Amino acid sequence: MEVENFSYDNKIVKQFAFATILWGLVGMLVGLWVALQFVYPWLNVIPQTTFGRLRPLHTNAVIFAFVGNGIFMGVYYSLQRLCKARMFNDTLSKIHFWGWQLIIVAAALTLPFGITSGKEYAELEWPIDIAIAIVWLVFGWNMFGTILKRRERHLYVGIWFYIATFVTVTLLHVVNSIELPVSLFKSYPVYAGVQDALVQWWYGHNAVAFFLTTPYLGLMYYFIPKAAERPVYSYRLSIIHFWALIFLYIWAGPHHLLYTALPDWAQSLGVVFSFMLIAPSWGGMINGLLTLRGAWDKVREDVVLKFMVVAITAYGMATFEGPMLSLKKINAVAHFTDWIVAHVHVGALGWNGFLTFGILYWLIPRIYRTPLYSKKLANVHFWLGSLGILFYAVPLYWAGFTQYLMWQEFTAEGFLKYPNFLETVTQLMPMYAMRAIGGVLYLSGFIIMAYNIIKTVKAGSLLENEAAQAAPLSNEEDGHKGEHWHRWIERRPVQLMLLSLVVVIIGGAVEMIPTFMIKSNIPTIASVKPYTPLELQGRDIYVREGCYTCHSQMVRPLRFDTERYGEYSKAGEFVYDHPFQWGSKRTGPDLARVGGKYPHSWHYNHMLDPTSMSPGSIMPQYAFLLDDALDTTTTAVKIRAMQTLGVPYPEGYDKIANKELMKQANEITESLKKDGVETANDREIIAVIAYLQRLGHDIKASHNTTNK
Amino acid sequence: MEALFVLIVASVIVAVGFLIAFIWNVKDGQYDDDYTPSVRILFDDEVIKEKKTKTPDSIKQTITNQ
Repeated sequence: MEVENFSYDNKIVKQFAFATILWGLVGMLVGLWVALQFVYPWLNVIPQTTFGRLRPLHTNAVIFAFVGNGIFMGVYYSLQRLCKARMFNDTLSKIHFWGWQLIIVAAALTLPFGITSGKEYAELEWPIDIAIAIVWLVFGWNMFGTILKRRERHLYVGIWFYIATFVTVTLLHVVNSIELPVSLFKSYPVYAGVQDALVQWWYGHNAVAFFLTTPYLGLMYYFIPKAAERPVYSYRLSIIHFWALIFLYIWAGPHHLLYTALPDWAQSLGVVFSFMLIAPSWGGMINGLLTLRGAWDKVREDVVLKFMVVAITAYGMATFEGPMLSLKKINAVAHFTDWIVAHVHVGALGWNGFLTFGILYWLIPRIYRTPLYSKKLANVHFWLGSLGILFYAVPLYWAGFTQYLMWQEFTAEGFLKYPNFLETVTQLMPMYAMRAIGGVLYLSGFIIMAYNIIKTVKAGSLLENEAAQAAPLSNEEDGHKGEHWHRWIERRPVQLMLLSLVVVIIGGAVEMIPTFMIKSNIPTIASVKPYTPLELQGRDIYVREGCYTCHSQMVRPLRFDTERYGEYSKAGEFVYDHPFQWGSKRTGPDLARVGGKYPHSWHYNHMLDPTSMSPGSIMPQYAFLLDDALDTTTTAVKIRAMQTLGVPYPEGYDKIANKELMKQANEITESLKKDGVETANDREIIAVIAYLQRLGHDIKASHNTTNK
Repeated sequence: MEALFVLIVASVIVAVGFLIAFIWNVKDGQYDDDYTPSVRILFDDEVIKEKKTKTPDSIKQTITNQ
């Protein structure tokens, strides 16, 4: 057969590699900044740099910008070689690259300004959501085009992981981003309360699974054998690893919602599948590590392999910890504490970070046709990074445990030993400081890598189009009898994609459809009423400021939770919450029952300066809420949007909404005046106070009526 | 509205059938070649290498000589 000559596109690989380094630097700098805010709250300086706004910027930058570009770098390099074909279309590659970078810039320009949908790890607003969907589909188009014109019949296991990534992320992103726009920069999710929580964490957990894990496993199966110059330990195991993993992962989401108002059966389902995940995860980890069998002497010498070994080890630790954390008893300890933060950073810094670094050190010298500038600096990076991970994770594990132990401690008389939540925060200050030191170490290693790579790039010259040759695939279908499934499937990427989609849809549908359909899952509580216009505006400010990044709104049915905050949360309380604001971390106390706990003036002064009401508080100051005027032009359209979503405001309510709003605002202003606080009635703080005072109010009202 | 849910449930059942068929395939099928691909990926650069003046091997050489 005639051999064809073609070339691999290295330029696009280079572009994604540089973007990975650039955005990694930005994301980690923001991460360090927010870590320091725990120790020095004055770093919250201006509204745009408050923790609640920067934390989503950090997570989005690190996940979608740093790891995202890392995925594309690795996929564009390996896919071409595995398929023995150039990328399908250079223009699509370009659109993909620049489109993705524009999305990242858009994120950086919106999140600090409070433009957010308030759903964790999916904070970007609807116009950006649409852009993400389009650019992602361009990536998929380019990938499948390449697969279809490949010159190698067998689809290597890595490609399977890429395909599953593409298919599942498409599905997750679309389902979770179904939202109703009220303006260019504001939308409400169509789901409310418990349903929103289920969809969100179905998405959230699978973002971990299919954005941070499966693509990187694909990269692991390509780059580790390449770097070690030996085949993967067991190819058969890798096939089992793939199918088992994608089948189990999609069901695990509810483990983020244990002890919450999510129906019990959904929680248990999440636990069972989360626990089973340990098998494929560890199968994959062992497969990666054993690839180095008989080559451990190379690990001593080769810095690329060092990074990769630590990455796989971190993957192993995080995927052992994950199933453990999904057990209810352990989750009761870890949930809402810094343990979770430590857990995700072992994954992010260790698994994603170190694998990315290993690939960069391996790949840049190859496409630039020159040796790495300095092996010594790369080794320094390795040790700084490893120490950084330890200094980051260990103090936070300690902090998580400490905080739990303090939360749940009762005196002999049966009272909370630490009734003041703040005590359980100030206790953690040394750990927070150590965590920031860990961040500095990790980041300095990263900067050294950037320098090392710039030097390498300057010394070499990019081989933009790498010549290659291979024979085209024959057209004849050699579907002889007795051929097994694996042969059949690997020759048909479209079927493979459909099959992956089918597998993940089952997982998602089985969990979600019943919750939507069975009304008994969400008991309606008669006393729960829609938010007043002022409260709705206040709630949107709460979302805008990212209060959920530090405050939960979910009292679990655990004695130490109910003693501290009040009656446990019911599903029926959240039916008007678009989006739900249960949160996932308690740096501050839970707010589900805060309504009526303090007078209006307390909230006013607390927002002005939290330390005035709670000495030692690390909450940012929100003085700007006291100065900024509330935008009431949006009230009517927001009410109409809520009506569309099924919130039972009376017909024509949007027309009188602002009148109602002003009435309530005047009441609060009057009440503040009595306590000696003079303020105009049109400030944002009035709406925030109205919302905070409403939290938990309805459930208390229902008790008053039943007790009478 | 209910029809939509019925459709979804139906598609789920079809999907489960797909899955069962797939698992049956896994159990019934033979892995007649579950080794070669893992080795092949290591060599796909070799073809190109012979054409290059500066080969990946020579790069490695320079790296180790550093």
